[in-house]
Amino acid sequence: MRIFDFFRSPRAKSSPAAQAKERLQIVMAHERVGRCGPDFLPVLQQELLAVIAKYVDLDTNRVEVKLDRGTECSTLEVNVELPTPPRSDSLATTTLTLESAASQA
Amino acid sequence: MAKIIVMTSGKGGVGKTTSAAAFATGFALRGHKTVVIDFDIGLRNLDLIMGCERRVVFDFVNVINNEAKLHQALIKDKRVDGLSVLPASQTRDKDALTKDGVEKVLDELRRDFDFIVCDSPAGIERGALLALYFADEAIIVTNPEVSSVRDSDRILGMLGARSRRAEQNLEPVRENLLLTRYDPARVAKGDMLTVDDVLEILAIPLLGVVPESQAVLRASNIGMPVILDSKSNAGMAYADAVARFLGEQVEYRFMQPERRGFMDRLFGRTA
Repeated sequence: MRIFDFFRSPRAKSSPAAQAKERLQIVMAHERVGRCGPDFLPVLQQELLAVIAKYVDLDTNRVEVKLDRGTECSTLEVNVELPTPPRSDSLATTTLTLESAASQA
Repeated sequence: MAKIIVMTSGKGGVGKTTSAAAFATGFALRGHKTVVIDFDIGLRNLDLIMGCERRVVFDFVNVINNEAKLHQALIKDKRVDGLSVLPASQTRDKDALTKDGVEKVLDELRRDFDFIVCDSPAGIERGALLALYFADEAIIVTNPEVSSVRDSDRILGMLGARSRRAEQNLEPVRENLLLTRYDPARVAKGDMLTVDDVLEILAIPLLGVVPESQAVLRASNIGMPVILDSKSNAGMAYADAVARFLGEQVEYRFMQPERRGFMDRLFGRTA
């Protein structure tokens, strides 16, 4: 296949090197943000739950935390399943979104 | 005033010791009194790369523990004037290094040398942190490869937060990128990150690009810093980088693939 490689333009968008660069830029943008301070996610989660627990009984096994890291912004999703409240429906969901620019130096 | 330079990378096997030996030798060749210190306690290898492994009597840890005088542990290079090696201990572990002990040795070396090159171990543990702690300048040795680039960035974070200059709010450690094992042919094919890619990601000034070279293994086999192989591309690239470090303007070489004939390229023949 060498003969075809010869005519193919090098360093196309999808070249292994281009993919390496893109992956590094994404992962390192996040690592640099996290470097500025201690990892706040576990503490944030604990404190949020403490606040909610002040007002309602909650089962810590029914808490779901999801983090999705993207190029533009990251989403932190905390789903807390609440026990049957006095009125209204039986299940409430709280979603929290944190956005952070990925292109920080 | 002596300058303390740390050769660091985070990742292992990228060429820290090769580069520390080459830079120290390069400084001495240009008339600067230089000592190179092996901070890799328990896994010393700088002595082998410098070709002085059979002359090690006392080591860095002996000096820290007052078991030997500094001048007894320093090994003077037989090829280059004004070049000395301070070997690491092979029997102790990294906990043998203390901040006070390292500072005491560095202060004593400052009086006699212009450049003190600290060859850091891999990782981000005690030995690596102490190697960078007292640095005035850092040379970040990086391969054009994802794990090496990421680890270099991590080390840059350490320099900015956990060095003496950072802790005491002094002028920050000056950072220099040394890209090693660069293969221009693979870069041209799109298989390897380019110099510009790495510079864009790490965002620190470039000091040198050392091409992947058979001369490096040959030199280490015979215990000769590769910069002394002045006909090899790696040796010349290191000499250029040393000159740049000393403030000279030197053009970059060995960054384009070597020219191969049309038929060679068509049929993928390698030299």
